[in-house]
Amino acid sequence: MYGLGIAKGLTVTLVNLFRKPATVQYPEEALPQSPRFRGEEFVWYEQRCTGCASCAKFCPLGIIKIETHPGGTNVQEGQSFAIDVFDIDIGRCMFCGLCVEACPYDALFMGSGFERGTYRREDLVIPVEELRQAEKRPSTWFRPQLEAKKYSPQTGQPLSWEEVGR
Amino acid sequence: MEPIYVPFREANSFYRNLYDLFAEWSFWGVSPIPDWLAYFLAGFLIVFAVVNTVVIVTTIGTWVERRLIGRFQSRLGPNRWGPWGLLTPVADAVKLLSKEDTRPEGVDRWVFNLAPLVFIVSPLLVFAVIPFGKNTYIANLNIGILFIIAVTTVPTIAMFMAGWASGNRYSLFGAMRGVAQLVSYEVPMVLSIVGVLLLAGSLSLVDIVEAQRIPFILLQPLGFFIFLLAISAEMNRSPFDIVEADSELVAGFHTEYSGMKWGTFQLAEFIAPFGAASIITTLFLKGWDGPLLPSHLWFFLKVCFVWFVLLWIRATLPRLRVDQIMGLAWKFLFPLGILNLFITAAEVLVWETPTTVQLWAMVGINWVIAIVCLVAVSHLMSDKLSTRAPLAPFPVRVRRDLREVR
Amino acid sequence: MPIRTEPVTINLGPQHPSTHGVFRMRITFDGEIILDVEPIFGYLHRGSEKLAEERTYTQVITLTDRLDYVSSMSNNLAYVLAVEKLAGINPPERAMYMRVMVAELQRIVSHLVATGFFLNDLGALATPLMYCFREREKILEMFEMLCGARITLSYMRVGGIFQDTPPEFWPVLSDFLDYMPGYIDEYERLITGNEILLSRTKGTGILSAETAINSSISGPVLRASGVNWDLRKADPYDVYDRMEFDVPLGTVGDNYDRYLMRIAEMRQSLRIIEQCADQIEDGPIKANVPALVRPPIGDAYGHVEAPKGELGFYMVSDGSIAPYRFKIRSPSLLNLSALRDMLVGCKLADMIVTFGSIDINMGEVDR
Repeated sequence: MYGLGIAKGLTVTLVNLFRKPATVQYPEEALPQSPRFRGEEFVWYEQRCTGCASCAKFCPLGIIKIETHPGGTNVQEGQSFAIDVFDIDIGRCMFCGLCVEACPYDALFMGSGFERGTYRREDLVIPVEELRQAEKRPSTWFRPQLEAKKYSPQTGQPLSWEEVGR
Repeated sequence: MEPIYVPFREANSFYRNLYDLFAEWSFWGVSPIPDWLAYFLAGFLIVFAVVNTVVIVTTIGTWVERRLIGRFQSRLGPNRWGPWGLLTPVADAVKLLSKEDTRPEGVDRWVFNLAPLVFIVSPLLVFAVIPFGKNTYIANLNIGILFIIAVTTVPTIAMFMAGWASGNRYSLFGAMRGVAQLVSYEVPMVLSIVGVLLLAGSLSLVDIVEAQRIPFILLQPLGFFIFLLAISAEMNRSPFDIVEADSELVAGFHTEYSGMKWGTFQLAEFIAPFGAASIITTLFLKGWDGPLLPSHLWFFLKVCFVWFVLLWIRATLPRLRVDQIMGLAWKFLFPLGILNLFITAAEVLVWETPTTVQLWAMVGINWVIAIVCLVAVSHLMSDKLSTRAPLAPFPVRVRRDLREVR
Repeated sequence: MPIRTEPVTINLGPQHPSTHGVFRMRITFDGEIILDVEPIFGYLHRGSEKLAEERTYTQVITLTDRLDYVSSMSNNLAYVLAVEKLAGINPPERAMYMRVMVAELQRIVSHLVATGFFLNDLGALATPLMYCFREREKILEMFEMLCGARITLSYMRVGGIFQDTPPEFWPVLSDFLDYMPGYIDEYERLITGNEILLSRTKGTGILSAETAINSSISGPVLRASGVNWDLRKADPYDVYDRMEFDVPLGTVGDNYDRYLMRIAEMRQSLRIIEQCADQIEDGPIKANVPALVRPPIGDAYGHVEAPKGELGFYMVSDGSIAPYRFKIRSPSLLNLSALRDMLVGCKLADMIVTFGSIDINMGEVDR
């Protein structure tokens, strides 16, 4: 009969009126995040980095800037390059994670956050000082060793460089 | 000293008290307020109160509407400003007032600026004759319903003013659609009202409420159905919102407006459902009459209910096409309205002063006719409106427990 | 005296609420009736094909994400299939199952978005759209579990997928398979039988099978016209030859058929996902592929049945780490080629609906 389809549709919306909304109010309540989330605050362990610049070469956009000089020491490899500059321009980053995939020494990790908004484009560059001092909550993206430990960057403790190796 | 405004004066006790207060106020034996000024002051105060109440209720209504539509759509709705977002309308108003009022080059300036004002007058004027409660109304016009029909036509002009003056083709399309739609839907709307008038025997809304021994929705199911569709079309609510169909015409006739001019259009469009709900309540739902609770509260509750139903329809249904809307008015609602009118007239002719039993007999007859009409129409249109069979069946299988998969 | 009338030309887009991006149509109207349509492309041209020529084969995956950004998985799949064909790599079984599964999940996402926006174009005040997005969100959460992102996924790699599935994914998928048919039923209750939808969509925007074939239209739009052409059956890739599913076919080729087509395909996708989850076994997830793939000199064309139609990548290799020539056969662009035939003579409102029912994505049209 003409109108039955409309009536059925009206019941569906009425049922949804009394359901719990599917959305949450964000700053007060956040949806659970996957530990593999490819977030903004890159995690970088200077102790593990040899300055090989694989990450910079693998980046499709070339946004990682590395300057080194010979004569540094690396805990894993012994003699290596010393890092002067390790800047990541997340203003152009597309968070594909290929840099993390490229790193052979497990020195670079994706971050877990998504709230590093700024008012100026220059502030979107993560300088090496910030990378050194930041609280290190690495994402488990492309790091099966962290996943095997059931580490969660959202709820777990910050990890030191010894704990993140393969 | 008998004033000349007798019909207004006698009608309303609250108005009368105010008038007396001003007119009889004396200052060392001199009455400084002349009779005409007292009349004017009392009238102004009441109109001021009513208009502001309507606007304030509407602004709160926008918040309720947005929250409810949010919940209909399984989301939260605006809840940032004030407790539960109650101050959202205030924030909206402040934002609109502080926005730049852009006017495109080449618009017809006078017409462009006047259109929002003309547009908002009509939904406010509707409340002039609505009885909000027992003996509470601004004016008891003996031609009240005629006044409403006349006033609800005014937005047609405003729409065309806005659409034409904007010099935008989307606006012009919206205006053309609006004029065609509003003029067409006047006819079924009036036809459905005439049924009510025949039963009530009066054009005055106060008398119509008092004439309803049982709500006219029971006596006039077909009339109510036609009126609901027609009034939705009159105020451009979904599914008849082709005038400002946002997916087709961007914003229709007010595409070029910004700032508070746009806000005025929006305000008028948010007042319109309250006006429509008030008219429906008065004509079909026995107005302010109800047991136990005070009459004003009854009126408000009924208006809210009708308003909610209009909102519910808006949240669910897609939009009709312009030729389908015109077809609905002329091919479907118009004949049904004529039929309803004839049946009601015959019934009124047979039972001039019906007893309660006869009244319920009328209810039965009218409902049967309404259902028969709907079934007949659906049979006529069944080839156009039947669903097709689903394209491929979806066989149900027994699944392996995915918890075993690693 | 006759009234002097003249046709009105409207530039619909590039800024318009329902052109699904930055598409522009120059339309000539006689009143509300369309006399002529001239589509104008290119507002979102990013030069993906040229960019790909100076990126390594792995880096190009990030470009394919951004072609049709509501179905990144299918784009990834088409691309890695092309490279695997070019380099002669055979991915392991588990990876193939995972790829089919996520591609079908992505098809549900894309069809949900398509249905939602189609109904939004019909003027349903975003309510069906919100319901569709509610379920899309669940699938995007699963994608986030798998690969850490929700839209631009970069999930697949040449020779497999990048990382194995986390264990918490399976219970979520199981729940999803349990409730999703119910939700599809809910959409159908909400709108399929709705008389307004029926009167708006039946018999409008008809695309005949002949025109569809001549315009090389593919995907649901083609099948809604009654042509049985589905690459998953016609040229099975990965493990589609082991899957049991129906190809729904329309009869008339109007907007209503295209709408029903997407609903039916969502159900069939659920069927395929169930079978994948049934059959998947433990094993490696990536073939032994070096970080820099150097395919031998030659060319290859890989194609999949993407949600919007046949998505193909043609690649020429000169033996280096980057493709020498890269060509995208995008379904969205080619599905638009019959637009004029479908639109001329109908009304403005039908035009919007027909355009919505083709379901294009500007990222893919302009590339």
